Amino acid sequence: MFLTEDEKRMRDGAEGDAVAAAMDLLIRYGFALDAERLCDIRNVAGTMTQPSPVKARLVAEGGWDKAFAVINLDSDLDLTIPSMRVPTCQLQHGFGPDSAGIVPYPAENVALQEDAESFYGRHGVNILATCTPYQVGNLPLRGEHCAWMESSAVIYANSVLGARTNCEGIASTGAASLTGKVPCWGNHLDANRHGTHLIDVRGLTVESFQDWGMLGYFAGGVAGEDRPVIIGDVARPDLTELKHFGAAAATSGGVELYHIPGITPEAPTVEAAFNGATSVPEAVVYGPAERRAMYETLNEIGSSDDVDFVLLGCPHASVDQIRRTAELLDGRRLSAGTELWIMAPRSLKVVADRSGYTAVIERAGGRVLADSCPAMSRAAPRGTRVFATDSAKQAHYLPAILGIEAWFGTLDECVDAAVTGRWNGELA
Amino acid sequence: MTGLILRGRTVVPGSVEGEALVSHEPISGWGGIDPARGVIIEPRHELFGVCFAGKILVFPSAKGSSGWSGFFQTTRLSGTAPVGMVIGRISAKSALGAVVTRVPSVTDLDADPCEVIATGDWLLIDNAKVEVVKR
Repeated sequence: MFLTEDEKRMRDGAEGDAVAAAMDLLIRYGFALDAERLCDIRNVAGTMTQPSPVKARLVAEGGWDKAFAVINLDSDLDLTIPSMRVPTCQLQHGFGPDSAGIVPYPAENVALQEDAESFYGRHGVNILATCTPYQVGNLPLRGEHCAWMESSAVIYANSVLGARTNCEGIASTGAASLTGKVPCWGNHLDANRHGTHLIDVRGLTVESFQDWGMLGYFAGGVAGEDRPVIIGDVARPDLTELKHFGAAAATSGGVELYHIPGITPEAPTVEAAFNGATSVPEAVVYGPAERRAMYETLNEIGSSDDVDFVLLGCPHASVDQIRRTAELLDGRRLSAGTELWIMAPRSLKVVADRSGYTAVIERAGGRVLADSCPAMSRAAPRGTRVFATDSAKQAHYLPAILGIEAWFGTLDECVDAAVTGRWNGELA
Repeated sequence: MTGLILRGRTVVPGSVEGEALVSHEPISGWGGIDPARGVIIEPRHELFGVCFAGKILVFPSAKGSSGWSGFFQTTRLSGTAPVGMVIGRISAKSALGAVVTRVPSVTDLDADPCEVIATGDWLLIDNAKVEVVKR
């Protein structure tokens, strides 16, 4: 892989041992990808503070410098970690101290994470603590090269914002944060940003939040790791709907980039999405039968109608989603055996608190929680056997992670389930 | 001992030999493996409940969360890692995963490794070359 003079200096230790270790990881990673060179980035979204048993052991052995060296740089050396070279944020992680008494989550994890936040804050990591950095001020520009983790954030950044990032990992984002470099491969290159699969929505209109999730789940199945292009009868989506669509497509498949001609920035037309009319493939139809199949797949884990837990906010909720939940819960009361959590970025929870939405949700018995989610932290209300969600991604993952049953439906159906303790959802 | 020779591209340099464990389906890291035990835990996966520790893992691609590489790095730190990887189609997830697992790994082979290699075959990885001895 070609290295600039500046990159060679970093590799050879001119900027210190930690930067040299970061460059060594990027060189090994670039070789593995067969990348020709590195590209400059100044926007990193990674994870450093999320508690884990291995991290706890490393911190006990050698402090946070040791944990960062091993986990975030894949280095065995004794390093002193410098400040982040480029703007870097922490994605979603574990639960914080304000979850005590609500979320069954180990107190030692809360303490470890608070210690981590203190260390990494001093090193210039913005503790956004959300899977949706694009909702709370980290909005890369079109064409901007980034090093992001979190599949639902990567697909949003590439597709909706037109930024350029691969689905990076813990070590590559760690190395990028200390160097401002990442292999120039995959989604960074023009040639890899055109559509590969065409999906035509026919016989129904994709308009609702639920429908965008099901279409995303279908698109991921069709495109796998490639790039679907959506045409046909779709209404103009908003941020929350594309957040749901992308998270679903990155769950059923490995989609990191899609186009919706006329809506997403790199595809003014179908021809542009495919780099020319001759490259447009035959369409795969998404119609009522395919929609019904997605609904049934996402609901195949559910058998008991007794819902003990309703989970909203995956990916983390927007203020409007919190407001809508508050409206539906206003003046109602959750069933005695049922809990409702809505996950949100902490800075948007502050807005919800200030706007009175949190108080309405709490009066009904629900909770607005920040920083984490049940899948990330392997934590649900004690005794949960059956949960309901409006998120295709959580309906997919949480049954495997927590060994519980899942129902997937609309927000209205989920709130009704929380109030009645019964699942009455059906495909409208 | 000679067998079928496959040639491809080195992902992580090195030589190793071992027993093949072949997945025909993509592998998930986060939510797909238990790194403490080195076991595939994804329900409905063809290798559900199977341990890959000490094996050469042959798989078509990585899928799912960006936690993929971190979970495979944890298998190395926990002593449950595979000893080599043969990857059908490389991606950022699997490339970084192989790098931080630090085991000899190869991709872009001149035949589909998931078709010509069977679980239980003996493999010798030597950088960009894989020798397959049928069992």
